[in-house]
Amino acid sequence: MASAKEVKEVLFGPIFANNPIALQILGICSALAVTSKMENTVVMCIALTLVTAFSNLFISIIRNHIPSSVRIIVQMTIIASLVIVVDQVLRAYAYSIAKELSVFVGLIITNCIVMGRAEAYAMKSPPMLSFLDGIGNGLGYSAVLLTVGFIRELFGSGSLFGYQILQLASEGGWYQPIGLLVLPPSAFFIIGGFIWVLRTFRKEQVEPKE
Amino acid sequence: MANKNESLGKTLFVVIALCLVCAVIVAGSAVGLKPIQQKNAALDMQRNVLDAAGLLTPETDVVAVFNNRVDTRLINLNTLEEVETVDGKSATEYDPIASAKKAGLGTKLEKSADVAGIGALENVAKVYFINDESGALETVVVYVRGYGLWGTMYGLMAVAPDMNTIKGLNFYEHSETPGLGGEIQNPDWTSSWQGKEIYENGSVAIDVTKNVTDKAHDIDALSGATLTSNGVENTMQFWFSDKAYGPLFDKIRKGELN
Repeated sequence: MASAKEVKEVLFGPIFANNPIALQILGICSALAVTSKMENTVVMCIALTLVTAFSNLFISIIRNHIPSSVRIIVQMTIIASLVIVVDQVLRAYAYSIAKELSVFVGLIITNCIVMGRAEAYAMKSPPMLSFLDGIGNGLGYSAVLLTVGFIRELFGSGSLFGYQILQLASEGGWYQPIGLLVLPPSAFFIIGGFIWVLRTFRKEQVEPKE
Repeated sequence: MANKNESLGKTLFVVIALCLVCAVIVAGSAVGLKPIQQKNAALDMQRNVLDAAGLLTPETDVVAVFNNRVDTRLINLNTLEEVETVDGKSATEYDPIASAKKAGLGTKLEKSADVAGIGALENVAKVYFINDESGALETVVVYVRGYGLWGTMYGLMAVAPDMNTIKGLNFYEHSETPGLGGEIQNPDWTSSWQGKEIYENGSVAIDVTKNVTDKAHDIDALSGATLTSNGVENTMQFWFSDKAYGPLFDKIRKGELN
């Protein structure tokens, strides 16, 4: 059984030390698309974390029986099934959010984080650790997305989780929202800033000059 | 061990077993959650109806407003008689759009008559009668649909009891280009329909055009979305003509259905 230190590293490592978005630059697409509102961001984060964790778990359980010639297809089948289940649950219990996230829930299937962790970690690690690795990477993804979502909703629409925090000038308040932040490309700037801040504190993440 | 995994038999076994397990899980979740999803879809449609009628605010209790003020009725478009059930379905369960294509429930449209490009028209229309607080008829909401640029646009039109003045329009489902034709969902644009009149001298006069001359009937078209705008105009031309809602609207206007 894995030591406590190893568990801690697998679970919390991906948040800052080995963040899937900031260091591995995976899963950028959905980070741009779903972060204009905190509510959608949170749901997306939970969905991705669950899918990564459970796909890692199931793939790890059967890893010794997966023929390497069809391993990617096997991984895809498991991931796709989980994503459909998540999508169905969202449609049943969070209909309006499911409608807004629509295609991006389905696109978790092609999210590089899920595939990347399945192939790189779950195929050669025991089930419990793989499960924790999935949670950890989901948390790393969530950390970036929530930061981006927080900045975009607060300064782009003056609200958080739909509650007005900054009174908009158009409604008699003082705050002039930054229109750019409502649009998807603004997430690029924020993720760029996130990576910059992260690498200022963690010098080891800076790539050597070529 | 690795060699055993690579054999054809093992590969087939793993793939087939996995597919079976996954199929059961996916089918199970889809079937098991269906009742809740249908309830959500029904609630969403009620929300759309109130939105078209201009009654939807973030505080609105959709179910309560619907129960107290909205009367959902089924009216045969040919005989103009009200019916209780269609094919065993009550007014709340009946889906006019799905019924249009079914034998016995819908009528196929001739190419020349099918201005909106919908293929078939339902025999029985689903009409929402919305009353004000005192119980007097305030708004009538009807389904409209028509072909835009990429696909059919589904909408709800709210009309005042004079059956002429538009109170609101809501396209709840479409596949037009986001940012261009997709702007048919933009509240800024749909609000420009409010107060417009459908008929002039008994014929449909709505015109979605880039040169608004007749303020009572013309609606400013969406820029960059000519085909979508034409589709919206054709939709209105079809649904409010004698081929669809025209006679029904006459009857409601005379107060014969209240």
